[in-house]
Amino acid sequence: MTALLELREVHTSYGISRVLFGVSLEVARGECVCLLGRNGVGKTTTMRSIMGLTTPAEGTILWRGEDITGWPPHLVARAGIGFVPEDRRIFGELTTWENLDVAQRVAARRGPWTIEAVYDLFPKLRELADRPGGFLSGGEQQMLTIARTLMGNPELLLLDEPSEGLAPLVVDQLLERILLLKRQGLTILLAEQGVDFSLALADRVYVLEKGAVRFSGPAAALRDDAALRHELLAL
Amino acid sequence: MTRRVPWTLLVALTLLVVPFLGSRFYTFVATDIVILALFATSLNLLLGFTGLVTFGHAAYFGIGAYTCALLMKELGVPFLLAWLAGGAMAAFFAAVFGFFCVRLTKIYFAMLTLAFAQIVWAVCFKWNDVTGGEQGLPNVPYPDLEWMDAVPLLADFRVGDKFFFVALVLVACCFAALRRIVDSPFGRILTVIRDNPERAQFIGINVRLYELAAFVVAGFFAGLSGALFGIFNRGVFPDFAYWTKSAEPLIMTLLGGMGHFWGPAVGAAALIILNQQITSYTEYWPFVLGLVLMILLFAFPGGIVGTLAGARWRLRRRPVTLPKPASDPVSRNA
Repeated sequence: MTALLELREVHTSYGISRVLFGVSLEVARGECVCLLGRNGVGKTTTMRSIMGLTTPAEGTILWRGEDITGWPPHLVARAGIGFVPEDRRIFGELTTWENLDVAQRVAARRGPWTIEAVYDLFPKLRELADRPGGFLSGGEQQMLTIARTLMGNPELLLLDEPSEGLAPLVVDQLLERILLLKRQGLTILLAEQGVDFSLALADRVYVLEKGAVRFSGPAAALRDDAALRHELLAL
Repeated sequence: MTRRVPWTLLVALTLLVVPFLGSRFYTFVATDIVILALFATSLNLLLGFTGLVTFGHAAYFGIGAYTCALLMKELGVPFLLAWLAGGAMAAFFAAVFGFFCVRLTKIYFAMLTLAFAQIVWAVCFKWNDVTGGEQGLPNVPYPDLEWMDAVPLLADFRVGDKFFFVALVLVACCFAALRRIVDSPFGRILTVIRDNPERAQFIGINVRLYELAAFVVAGFFAGLSGALFGIFNRGVFPDFAYWTKSAEPLIMTLLGGMGHFWGPAVGAAALIILNQQITSYTEYWPFVLGLVLMILLFAFPGGIVGTLAGARWRLRRRPVTLPKPASDPVSRNA
């Protein structure tokens, strides 16, 4: 069976500074895969490469077996990959509802996610429906970003550091919601620095270092082996 | 949701009074303002709502003016048809030029719009057989307004006053249409693109396509205002498409405030009235204009409407503390 998403030897650079040196990875349908690694190892660049926001210089990105390398981002999004970026910025001048409505209108795919459905997932957003996005708290913005991405009915969700900069209590709530999404069968590729957050979610882990995959294996291996964890991720 | 005030209707009804003041001059200034307000507002669809800076909006103003004038003068096409054709022709060229422009971003986009506008100007300037070249097209006829004699109250007006009524009603319709466009889901997508084009892309928006659509709509309304202006001016000249003409709606929009639908219209009124007043005192109008712009950009970057709205916002602010008053053009200027 072909993987839902596959990266083969992807090299990406910003101008002359190379960031990815041949990253290969696979995500199977229904899986939650985590990219772990410290700041600046290429997690975000990997996601940007998948989305077509930064086109890889070399290598191939396969989506359901089809080569999507070099596709413009809006087509990648329409093909079923939803991206929740690190800066988690919503459209500040639009209200919560308008943010969701815009995403729904441009969504090329129909599926289970409607505005009502994401309100059920994040009830807080229903209360904030008429509030401009710029007036939401960090946690609420993160919920709205995920909700907005779900409006596109993606098959794969790319979550870039969802827990970054959020209070621990908010992180726990978020974790619980993402677990729910995972249980509903959504495929997730997660980038994280926080080991606790990612190991709670992930089935498999890729540890990135200096733009290449240093380790790959089941999340349980890292969870159970403190020495390995220390070796790969100690600061 | 805020109460809906039918501003377009209110403003149009108020302006209907102008010809009754009996001054040929007031009507002249009011017609000028009404037509150029549409020009500036069409530009603001790009500048304020989509975040596209264009230096070549006069191209569509000029194309609309020439098209309408040629149809009426040479072919005797009825005014309304010629007027709409002016808009349609401008929209067509906006689609052709825009196709290339939206492939570039920021300053490159702006410079390419300027380049196309200069080509339009050069064609108008040199194509003697059709556009009259440097001499332009003088004596563009007024539309047939005799039917107004049958309308009570309007019968005794001068033709300039009658044309003002026509221009006012047509521009009001355009404003109503633009308002609907801005408030529609399409308008919201434009806002999203202005806010962050990259983010717009990965939620699945074809940014270039929407930018092109905005460009065509803006070109259409610029063409309609140019068509009216050609008749008002009693002639169409290559200047209509010259780059200084592109600067006019930019200045109006900055003056009035690009963060608001009504900003450019207020800016058009302010600029034209200011120009009329200042030039009656001094020949150094450009000097005064420069000073006004400097003060504006440093002290009131939200323009007239932005500053007023900011003041109102502060006065009405409730003691409820909201986390972050960011990314709203009103509060940013407050």
